[in-house]
Amino acid sequence: MKSFDEINERIKQGKAVVLTAEEVIPLAKEKGIKEVAEKVDVVTTATFGPMCSSGVFLNFGHSDPPIKMNRVLLNDVPAYAGLAAVDVYLGASALSEKEGAFYGGGHVIEELVAKKRIMLRAMGCKTDCYPLEHIETTITIDTINQAILCNPRNVYQNYAAATNSSQRTLYTYMGSLLPRFGNVAYSTSGQLSPLINDPEYRTIGIGTRIFLGGGTGYIIGEGTQHNPGQLKDQNGVPLGPAGTLCVKGDLKQMSARYLRGARIKGYGVSLFVGIGIPIPILDEAMAEAVTISDERIYTSIYDYGIPRRSRPSYGRINYHQLRSGYIKLDDKTVPTNPVSSYAMAREIAAILKDWISNGDFFLIQPVQQLPKDVLLKPMDQNI
Amino acid sequence: MQVSKRVILTFPASLAGTPVTYRLVKDYNLVMNILRAKVIPKDEGRLVLELSGEKKDIEAGLIFLKEKGVSIEALAKDIHLDEESCVHCGFCTAVCFQDALSMNPETWKLEFNREKCVLCEQCVDICPMGAIQIKF
Ligand code: SF4
Ligand code: SF4
Repeated sequence: MKSFDEINERIKQGKAVVLTAEEVIPLAKEKGIKEVAEKVDVVTTATFGPMCSSGVFLNFGHSDPPIKMNRVLLNDVPAYAGLAAVDVYLGASALSEKEGAFYGGGHVIEELVAKKRIMLRAMGCKTDCYPLEHIETTITIDTINQAILCNPRNVYQNYAAATNSSQRTLYTYMGSLLPRFGNVAYSTSGQLSPLINDPEYRTIGIGTRIFLGGGTGYIIGEGTQHNPGQLKDQNGVPLGPAGTLCVKGDLKQMSARYLRGARIKGYGVSLFVGIGIPIPILDEAMAEAVTISDERIYTSIYDYGIPRRSRPSYGRINYHQLRSGYIKLDDKTVPTNPVSSYAMAREIAAILKDWISNGDFFLIQPVQQLPKDVLLKPMDQNI
Repeated sequence: MQVSKRVILTFPASLAGTPVTYRLVKDYNLVMNILRAKVIPKDEGRLVLELSGEKKDIEAGLIFLKEKGVSIEALAKDIHLDEESCVHCGFCTAVCFQDALSMNPETWKLEFNREKCVLCEQCVDICPMGAIQIKF
């Protein structure tokens, strides 16, 4: 048994043993779980993929004369201005009013991080204290006050793979799904995926410090559509989308390498977000959890050819098979492709490992666990 | 033996308006299928062709073009992958039937095999980063 404090003390002394969730797998095979629990202090996990439920809070500072903004465009992308005078929230999937699905909130966020100039146009409602009605200026991340990345739903614990039984190509957030079961697309980073390595949310909780977009951030709660009740298999892995996280961090510290605006054909705009989460090896149960490998992580395959909330399932498949490039679907050999970057997830897990090994990043014990008893509701359509 | 070959031709501005491609059909018995064309008036022009005919006729036709000052490239060169902006997500590999775009199973980075690319352009607007472009 180790505590967070003991692990942080070892990090401080430069003695902590830190491995990525990939590196710990062969160690466990060779030396066993007991040895992993004794020798390893922290295992790093990561993911890098499109996460639409992302966005930034921005505070522009006050103009002279002051304005109370109620309609705001950043490079022609609308931001939500129903907050105080010069506060807005820019969502990653908001579309440009000029360029439509070619440019959107995700791109503005990437350009902000890259320190590019952004065109700000705002309309105000004239009041005695805010007389200005219209403003046009340019901003950069350095000329505004706060820029806070705050993503209400990231880091899905497992995600269903997608295929298409219909007669035409479907353009979805899972990429192109070719007709007549032409491919199977999958999106989780499998054995590197954060919540798959801590399926009971023992160490990942509210307050956990994380790698977020190249800077440090925090988990501030469960994400929207958090579904801890998802059925689990004998390996403790949920059979489909389960837990989610709400994360927050200072955009000013982040890097455009790990926050990338994306244009997904036929779907719209999103933001690729890079997230890394450290998992302390408190005991043998945690050691067991982090040594899970792709062969033991199963997900369901859903048919996007049926455009309903409950799509038919084509059975379960593990990530080892998905990563092999081909799977069997009803006797048909179907090519598979990822839609999130394993290479970038690996890079992030390695960076977080370095930060911790070098004593630049300490762990935070959650101030509260993520809820495990909430139910995911469908919409109540009642009119 | 009948064969076909796909080439990209770049015409110097001085050749604008001269019927060089017509000569390929007439003098070298080649069947010509224009895949793409871009001609900027008074500037150089680009033409992507599929030529079919006897192997020796195709070779002779291409030598004729070279002598006229036309530069000839293999077709695959026209797809440009910006490695700096690629994030290795794999979106593009779903639509590449030629396996020209594939994930390396060790590094999980995208690999582009130019030899296999037929310039179908399926991947171009699929890439979420706009990292794949047709150079014209
Ligand atoms: S143009 Fe077609 S063949 Fe070439 S890489 Fe793209 S999808 Fe593959
Ligand atoms: S879709 Fe674009 S970013 Fe993704 S792997 Fe292909 S070229 Fe790279």
